[in-house]
Amino acid sequence: MQFPGVDCHFAPIATPLPIHLAHVDATQWSALARAVAEARGHLVSLWGSDERARTGRYTVSAAYATADGLLWAKLGLDAEHPAYPDISRDFVPAIRLQRAAHDLVGIEAEGAADCRPWLRHGAWPADYFPLRGDHTGQERFDAQPDAYPFVFVDGDGVHEIPVGPVHAGTIEPGHFRFSVVGEKVLRLEQRLGYTHKGIERRFIGMEVAQGARLAGRVSGDSSVAYAWAYAMAAESLAGVRVPPRAAWLRALLLERERVANHLGDLGALGNDAAFGFALAQFSRLREDWLRTNQACFGHRLLMDRVCPGGIADDLDAARCATLRDQARHMAREVAELRNIYEEHAGLQDRFVTTGRVTPALAARLGLCGLAGRASGQTADLRADFPCPPYDAVPVLACSHLNGDVAARVAMRFEECFASFKLMEALLAALPDGPIHVPLATAPDGAGAGWIEGWRGQVFVALETDAAGRIARCHCHDPSWQNWPVLEHAIIGNIVPDFPLINKSFNLSYSGQDL
Amino acid sequence: MWHILKYLARRPRITEPVPQPQGVACHGAHPVQGEILAILGRALAIRQVDAGSCNGCELEINALNNPYYNIEGLGIRFVASPRHADMLLVTGPVSRHMEVALRRTYDATPAPKLVVAVGDCGCTGGFFGESYASCGRVANVIPVDVTVTGCPPTPADILGGILAAVQARSR
Ligand code: SF4
Repeated sequence: MQFPGVDCHFAPIATPLPIHLAHVDATQWSALARAVAEARGHLVSLWGSDERARTGRYTVSAAYATADGLLWAKLGLDAEHPAYPDISRDFVPAIRLQRAAHDLVGIEAEGAADCRPWLRHGAWPADYFPLRGDHTGQERFDAQPDAYPFVFVDGDGVHEIPVGPVHAGTIEPGHFRFSVVGEKVLRLEQRLGYTHKGIERRFIGMEVAQGARLAGRVSGDSSVAYAWAYAMAAESLAGVRVPPRAAWLRALLLERERVANHLGDLGALGNDAAFGFALAQFSRLREDWLRTNQACFGHRLLMDRVCPGGIADDLDAARCATLRDQARHMAREVAELRNIYEEHAGLQDRFVTTGRVTPALAARLGLCGLAGRASGQTADLRADFPCPPYDAVPVLACSHLNGDVAARVAMRFEECFASFKLMEALLAALPDGPIHVPLATAPDGAGAGWIEGWRGQVFVALETDAAGRIARCHCHDPSWQNWPVLEHAIIGNIVPDFPLINKSFNLSYSGQDL
Repeated sequence: MWHILKYLARRPRITEPVPQPQGVACHGAHPVQGEILAILGRALAIRQVDAGSCNGCELEINALNNPYYNIEGLGIRFVASPRHADMLLVTGPVSRHMEVALRRTYDATPAPKLVVAVGDCGCTGGFFGESYASCGRVANVIPVDVTVTGCPPTPADILGGILAAVQARSR
């Protein structure tokens, strides 16, 4: 296929939703970015690879979400001076992605305004690039000086509040630098990368089947989404489609993961607004939900249930009944709690207008997933490009326009109810048959997977070497898109509202630090 | 308010008995609270540190606060600063970028400075192992009293590990 305005040919990858790959030159690379931006498409991800051993070049890849599906453009880069045209003027999320690609592979976005390191702090020197083929990833370096130049805000009465990396609660580490006047936040600058543990390096050289468990641990709260996206990529490499029953059970797992996270967040959001009752009740419901996961699927967080070729275990009729009954019961419980939330004046007072992201700002910054839908960005892969089984069951895509904490809370309630209905439909018409097909090794291939996780779109690009082992596996978390938007959402709010606003986005650190 | 009271009145008490500390044989009811008091002379204050985990372990540690486990009822609570903590509950392979922060947190913790490493990653480095970016297990960076395996371990296992660390110090 062609993309209007760009002269290059995209070849389909054998995935259940439309994903196309093209090798482009530098002119086409820039033209494509422009054309996608003009067509109101979004940047899904950007990453680099060292392919010198195979092709004598480095590459940079960009994945765009368009009305026709996902376009993966790959540009070969000179081995001596690997550089590519900057696309961050068209796509805000590219800023950090380009910085990360430099830290890991040593490829440079020419003309980019912000070239500070992103994932590299002081753990390795500036001339070491862990994803380059001449390194093993096992090198150890002494701590390097790490003076990160934060943007300094000057003015009468302005002072800085540094927070983290170790936070006050049981959450992941990251650093936030607030510039405030009195209680009001003028600017927030994030510094992430603290949980960078070398996942993408770890993938290199693994068997494709083995990589699934690692992919399922990129972000523990989105294990099913990652495992499915990875499995989809592995299956597209091998050119197989999973049996219908496996696809349906995957969707069931994905919806259960979505609900588990929403239940946890709804309780935590109530708690951050000093409504302890909410935390007690929602955490009780979440525990019930996770225990049923354990009883029916053998893992509370559903890790390692989705594997390349299908799923790990089948579900018998009794367990199906348990799951259906629980979904019905949970729908009643959550409905009752929603009434309590809606009638609670103190809670609504904290939620409404707090941390607002207008639809226009959301569109400009590329806000995606649940937070995007709360700001009028309706994209939802389950509805836009329904792959089995979402093409056979009614997917209710919800969205809001207010873009405040209240809208993100409302989204979670509505998505819970939509997921309960989906689960009911999935369980009612679950096809019979096998749950797994074997995958042949696929040497020198490129595959991809794209899944609407609970937080947003999870994307995996998987390439194999001549022996069929992993040459490169890039995992993309929607948090890359949404973290920078959080910096905007807090502007003009008071510092004590930050935990609430932050929680309403609930972004992943590990997923973006890798 | 009326709705909240009605909601509460219609639901049973769900708090469960305390699990046995890891590696200890079961002999009757476990006087956890008394033991914590005997050893520390006060409630047990825990500072959780994510040193590079995938967040799966944090989800299960957070679950300890739900009404089923009701750890506050046992006199265990999570605190915001290491200076208020008796115990560090550390997850993840320790990323190189968190190595210094973890050491500093450890240094800031007053005696008895108990450390429990939670999850396969904290115990061995897990799936991520050691590399340019990861120091591997928690014990590679700070002294560890008790390890809790599992990926992630269940809340009951984590509670068992916490109690085992308290008991080990009492011997
Ligand atoms: S032990 Fe498992 S759940 Fe815990 S941090 Fe490691 S991979 Fe994540």
